[in-house]
Parts: sequence; structure tokens; C-alpha cells
Amino acid sequence: MSSVDRSQLPGLGPDPSFSFPEICKTTMPNGLKVCTVEHRTVPVVAFMLLIPIGSANDPIDKPGLAALTGDLLDEGSGGHSSGEIHDALARIGALFDTDVSSDATVLTLVTMARFADRALALLADMIRYPRFDEMEFARVRDLRITRLSQMSDVPSAVANRVFTKSLFREHPYGHMAIGTEDSLRLMSVDEVVAFHRDRYVPSKTTLVAVGSLSHEQLLQAVTGAFCGEQGETHTPLSVEVDFSLGVSSFEQPSPPTERMLVVNRPSAAQSELRIGHVTVSRDTPDYHALLVLNMILGGQFVSRINLNLREDKGYTYGARTAFDLRRVCGIFALHSSVQTRVTADAIREVLAEFQMIRDGRPVTESELDSARAALTRGYPQRFETVTQIASAVAHLVLYNLPDDSVSQFVPHILKVDLKTVRRVAISHLDPENLLTVIVGDRDKIFPTLNQLGFGPPIEVPPDGNEVILSN
Amino acid sequence: MNIPYTKTILENGLSVIVHEDHTCPIVAVNIWYHVGSKNEQPGRTGFAHLFEHLMFEGSEHHNRGYFHPLQEAGATLNGSTNTDRTNYWEVVPTNALQLALWMESDRMAYLLPALSQEKFDNQRDVVLNERRQNYENRPYGLAGMALAEALYPPSHPYRWMTIGAPEDLRAAKLEGAHQFFRKYYHPGNASLTLAGDVDTDLAISLARKHFEDIEPGAASIPLNTDRAVVKSQGEIRLLIEDLVELPRLYLAWRTPALFLPGDAELDVLADILTNGKASRLYRKLVHDRRIVTDIAAAQDSRELSSFFQIVATAAPGHDLAEVERAVTDEVDYIIDAGPSTDDLERSMVQVESQFVYRLGTVGGFGGKSDQLNAYNVFLGDPGYFERDLMRYQDATISRIQEVSSFLSRTERVVLSVVPKGCHQLAVADSRPVSVS
Repeated sequence: MSSVDRSQLPGLGPDPSFSFPEICKTTMPNGLKVCTVEHRTVPVVAFMLLIPIGSANDPIDKPGLAALTGDLLDEGSGGHSSGEIHDALARIGALFDTDVSSDATVLTLVTMARFADRALALLADMIRYPRFDEMEFARVRDLRITRLSQMSDVPSAVANRVFTKSLFREHPYGHMAIGTEDSLRLMSVDEVVAFHRDRYVPSKTTLVAVGSLSHEQLLQAVTGAFCGEQGETHTPLSVEVDFSLGVSSFEQPSPPTERMLVVNRPSAAQSELRIGHVTVSRDTPDYHALLVLNMILGGQFVSRINLNLREDKGYTYGARTAFDLRRVCGIFALHSSVQTRVTADAIREVLAEFQMIRDGRPVTESELDSARAALTRGYPQRFETVTQIASAVAHLVLYNLPDDSVSQFVPHILKVDLKTVRRVAISHLDPENLLTVIVGDRDKIFPTLNQLGFGPPIEVPPDGNEVILSN
Repeated sequence: MNIPYTKTILENGLSVIVHEDHTCPIVAVNIWYHVGSKNEQPGRTGFAHLFEHLMFEGSEHHNRGYFHPLQEAGATLNGSTNTDRTNYWEVVPTNALQLALWMESDRMAYLLPALSQEKFDNQRDVVLNERRQNYENRPYGLAGMALAEALYPPSHPYRWMTIGAPEDLRAAKLEGAHQFFRKYYHPGNASLTLAGDVDTDLAISLARKHFEDIEPGAASIPLNTDRAVVKSQGEIRLLIEDLVELPRLYLAWRTPALFLPGDAELDVLADILTNGKASRLYRKLVHDRRIVTDIAAAQDSRELSSFFQIVATAAPGHDLAEVERAVTDEVDYIIDAGPSTDDLERSMVQVESQFVYRLGTVGGFGGKSDQLNAYNVFLGDPGYFERDLMRYQDATISRIQEVSSFLSRTERVVLSVVPKGCHQLAVADSRPVSVS
């Protein structure tokens, strides 16, 4: 029996080799792009339909239109009622989801491989021939209005909404995908029909198919569903769609003039915090350096901010930062929920961490090594399931990234050196222009917030719409 | 369909289970300790979960945070506590398997020398914040506590929530952690599963190398709790006011424990009632009648006793009395007539798919390693996957109809959660309860 040497941690040995499976790309006669990936662990397939149209494409006076359109695709299509579609989904044991973010609409359908044809037929019908029946429209719109009002119960949802709105204001990223109650009430089914007709263009749409079938089988199944007799009748674009969202007219918004906003939640046990600013877009050449920086600052359990706020101070169950980089620009933000009585202390610690990683306590060699190692060694396990692989491919397509982005990820991360990570800390963190949003017990926290250097906090309602004048 | 495995029991009592899957160059290390909040005493609630936190604060030979070396090796890791068990897992690149085993074995053998008052106090604060975040400051977050207290008598260990009462957490003592560790954290009360890109013989020898020397603990005293189903005492109607926009109704019944006859059928019944937009209650109440905005049913299967619940949020303009009548009518219909052939066909495919999807990942909560440990800890048989599936596939219309009689309108808990000051939206004759 060999005993263990407990005088030191065991070494790791060489990293295992890993290669991302091949992505095969095809374009259908109607312009639909198809990406297939073989993945044979279990007899399961994942289909992801990506339309590069999201809430940022909502008409300026119609926030919520893209999301409502996406949500109605499974409520009746072709010859099938809403009830028939959902009966069919249940009969193939489907996991079905529609997600509308600022940059894209994504329909995901996971099913057992033997149901691949039936799943694709359903998806093809939903995306091409949605009924947009008046009754279903009104019902789903009302449900979304209700959900909007329920969001004001949830501190994290309120914080996200107020933070986003105050950072971006009139910018296409300044509203939640779900829209506003006023906008939803005024929406008509004709607008949904027109949005679908003009924006859901086959030549801009990509179907990602991943699963336990060969490329040929996957492609054949897709062709059968999407290029039938009816397949060629799609309407050409009737308006010019700006897929870049008019970057020239919507560059990064200027920093907000109000620096600290408070949404009152009487007797809240904690204060929900967002602290951050607008940042660069997904195509930044500093992408990998920012990932490394974030790992050190607040991107994982052992990051500076989580260790400080949770493990040292016990202020919170957890604190994380993230660079949420999108097509036009991104958001850098801290997310946390902290005990009410330490709200100001927690904010002060976060501000100090943002400041110190730029100047005072810059990233060290060992922090850099540790962050790069976590990112590179942890990379393969992000591609274990069909859904993970499909999401990764959809991300490449949405942000127009080369296919070798996956295989080049590790070399790119390893190239980030101390000079680079220190440089991006200085150039991409902007402590002078931070916006802080707090959802918490106003009466308990207001007196302590004045000393933070943001001037008096300003109270806003949960929808972030108008400023409530504070004394 | 199965999860192939090899099981070995070391001399100190530790179960070691290995499953090979070479798809991805990763290995899941998953360890269950057969202890949860059911092992706590009234007045000392929340301790099992607080203890789980302490397991991440370092052990004698690595007296620093547990996360650091593992995250640096590319691992993801976490742990969780429920009423019945505490689990810990790492998913590591294949070259970090030894590291994960070293870390897990060090904290199983040598936690106490590294456990200080300072760590204990800090993690108690973290847990109190976890409670604030996930229960106190979350809409409807306290409903589960009211339900548990109504479903179970004071003597039953499912009467309190795993997160515990704040006053109990504040009263918890460091020496209690020492006793708890000695009683429950030893090889004989644990089950270790390694799943993924590893050779079975190598995995077993590495497990031996790291765990074989650990002292066996005293045999755990089995809980003297009857697993027979005890129905609720008549109908109990309760009311909570909360910071919410819409009233929500909870209906709950005590049902057969995990793996007992009826448990799987009730799970199927939950699918029939609310899984997907074609399900009976979604179709009728959300789509057609529009009196609720969301609805969910679940058989919450546990070791000593399960409970079935249906949760529905009233649409604006509707009160909970109307929702209660509509849900009860539908449940009564199933009791009288049973589900339809369509219902059963749909749910059988859903069941099969759910089992297949569970095979997609080796690690984490619910992955293959977690399932092998669940079957081993609760049944002593890691190979139960296929028979588990059969439990569900054996459900027939008449058996589902039979178990639906557990959901009686006269033996249940009815909880109304309403916006502050809106008692009129609750089910009639509900007694206000105070939970915090």
C-alpha cells in the first residue's frame, strides 16, 4: 500500500490534448446557412436556429417587438395550432427554448436522435410559417405584460433593468428585451407580422445541428425540412435591415451624469448591487486579455473581489464581475447582493479593487499564471454536451468569428503577458465613470451612501424611468 | 440504457465507484456523505449546510482556500446540502485527477486541525447572507418554510429547511463542528465516484492510495424514522403576506418516499399536469382560461418522505380561491377518470428523454457521477439506472390514477402568498403564519 505524500500538492503532468470537433458548413438554395457537428456520446441532437436580430433591432418606439415576435413562433404555424405544436414537441420529449437577447433570437430544440426529422420539421414550420393568430398574440402579449410587473418583485431583475437603462438610455441596448408595458399595450399583431417578414431573412439565418449523427445525416435531415416544395417561396427583403445596428449613429453612449441610483425596497434584507460602465464590443483585439483580467479581478471564486467581500469580510454569498461583450459595445459590471448594513462598505471595497488593479496593486506574475491556467485548462470541459457545442458554434457565427477561434483560444490566452493585462486594466477599467445601482432599503442605506464620493444618491422607481426627487 | 460501472469497497468502508467515458479529456470526482439537515436537532438547524461551507476552507496539509489549486488546474467544483445528503464534486482535466483526490482525501481525514474560530465565524456570516439572498429577499422565498412546518410534525426532521433558522445559525458553535465531523464525515458514511476519461484500474488504485489510510469512523446510527406515508391532518389553510405583485397558491401533500411504490408514478403525474404547454393544467389554466400566469407540479422525492406540490400564480384580476377551485377540479378529474392515453404517451417519451439527457455529462449536479452515488447511497446499488427507468415505464393509466388519490382535497396544505394588505385574494379561512 502506497501512502500519500502530504507535504505538498501533487503535480499535474502534461495537459491532455483536446481538439474541437470539425464544423461543416453548407448554404441551402434559399440562403439558409447550416453548420453541422458530430458528437456521439449519447443518442441526442441539438438544433439551434440563430437569427441575428434581437432587441437592439426593436424600432425605437416599439421596445419588446423582437422578443414578442420570437415568443409567438411556437404559438401556431403552418397547418398547426399552438396546442398541436406543443403536443408534437412533448411527443418527441423536446427541450425547447426561445431566447431573445440584444443581438440575436435563438431557438433551441434538443431531442433524441431518432426524432431529428420531426424536430426539424417543427422548427422549419415555426420559423417560416408562423400564424401570428390575433388571439394568441393578445394572450402572449398579456402574459409578457404580467411578467414585466412580476419582475419588479425580483431585486436582481430590477437592478439589471435600471442599470442597463441608465447606462445606455436611448441607445439600442438601453431597454430590456421584454420591452415596456406601454409599448406592449400599443403593439399590434400587424407589427409582429411585418417584423417577422422583414427581419427573419433566410440568408441571414443559421441552423446549427449537433449530435450523434454523421454530417451527411444531419445535413440531409436539415435539407428535408428546410428545402421542401414550399422552401423557395420566402419573401425577399422589403426593407433594408441594418445588421450593424448603425454603429456610426450609436457609438458608445456618454457616461451617465447621475452616478449613484437607488431603488427603494423597504425592509430588504440585502442590497442588490451593480457597479460598472460601458465597454468595448466583442470584436475587440483585447478580448483574451480582458478574460484574463476578469478572472483575476472578479470572474471566479478565487478572484480578488470575491475573496475580499465573501471570504474575508463575510458581506455577501458571492460577488462577481463580467465583461459582457456584444456586437456594438459591451458592459463591464460587478454583480452582488450584500447585507444591508454593510452596503456602503461593500461598495467602497469594490471601488478600491477597481482602482488598485490599475494602480497600487497591479496584476502579479503569479495571478497571471493562475488565471491563464484556469482559462486554458478548464477550456475542454466547456464542450462536453451537444448543447454546449451548439452554443459555441452559434456564438462564432453571431459574432462573425473565424472557426479556428476555438482551437486558437488556448494559444491566445497564453500570449497574454503581464504588460498586456496591466495595460488593459488601465485602458478598459474606468473608475472615474462608474455607475452604481442599488436596490435596497432606502432609509437604512441612504445616510451611509453620501460618503462614497458620488454626491447624494438619487432615488429612481423600479422601472428606472424617472428620477424621484430626493431631499 | 445504463451507466456501466465498477464498485469496490475499501477496508475502511469507503465505496469507490468508477465509470469510464473517454469522450472529453475530463474526470468527475464526486463524493457523497450520507448526512443532511434530517440529521440535525431542533434548535440546531442549518448545521449540515454550514458544515459544507467549512469543507472549502482548507485542511491540515493545505490550510488555505480549497478552490485555489483546483481552479488553477482548470477544475470546476461545488458542493450542496439537502435534507438527506451532502455532495461535493470537482470536474478536472485528466491530468488533475490526483490533485482532486489529494484535496478530497485531505479534507475527509484532516479537516479539524485546520478549522479555526475565525473561519467558522466568517462562513456563518456567508451562510446568513446566502439565506438573505435566496430566501428572505426573494419573492415567495419563505413559502417553503411555511409548507414544511405544516406538512411535518415537530418531531420530523423535514420540518425545517436545510438553510436553517437564523437564530440557530447564530448559536452554532465551533465544537459542534468537531462532533459533526467525527460522526458523519468518515469513509463508512461516504461514497466516492470517479467518472470520465480514466482507466478503471488506475482510478481504483488512485482512490486506494489517497483514501485507504483514513481511519474508519463509528458506524452511523440509522434514523429511527418511519417511511410510511403519513397524510396531513385534514386540510390546513395558511396565509403569508409578501413583497409580491401577484398572489400565488401552493397545494402540498405528503407522498411515498424516494423509490417506494407510487413515487415514480407521482413523478409521471407531475409531468402530465404541468410539463410543457401541452400538459393538462398549463393548457387549461394558462392557455385556455388564462386565470394563472404560470403553474408547476412536482413530486419532491426524498429519503424519508416525499411531498407533492402544485404551485400556481394568479393572473391579474383573479384571486386564489378561483385558482384553487380550478386546480382541485382538474386533480379530482384525474382521481375519478385517470389520465388519458395521450397524456400517458406524451409523458412516457418525456421520461425516456429525461433519462437519456442525464447521460450527457459526467460531472456536476445531476451528472452521471452524481447519479451513481445517489443510487449507491440510497439503495446500495449504483447499477439501478435501468431499473429506475423501468419504475417509470411501468406506470400505467390505472396506476397513475391510483396514486393520484394521494392528492386528496381533504388531506392537504393550502398556502396563499398574497401582496401585503391583500388578504381578500387568499383562499377563504386561511390562517396567517409568520415565517422569517
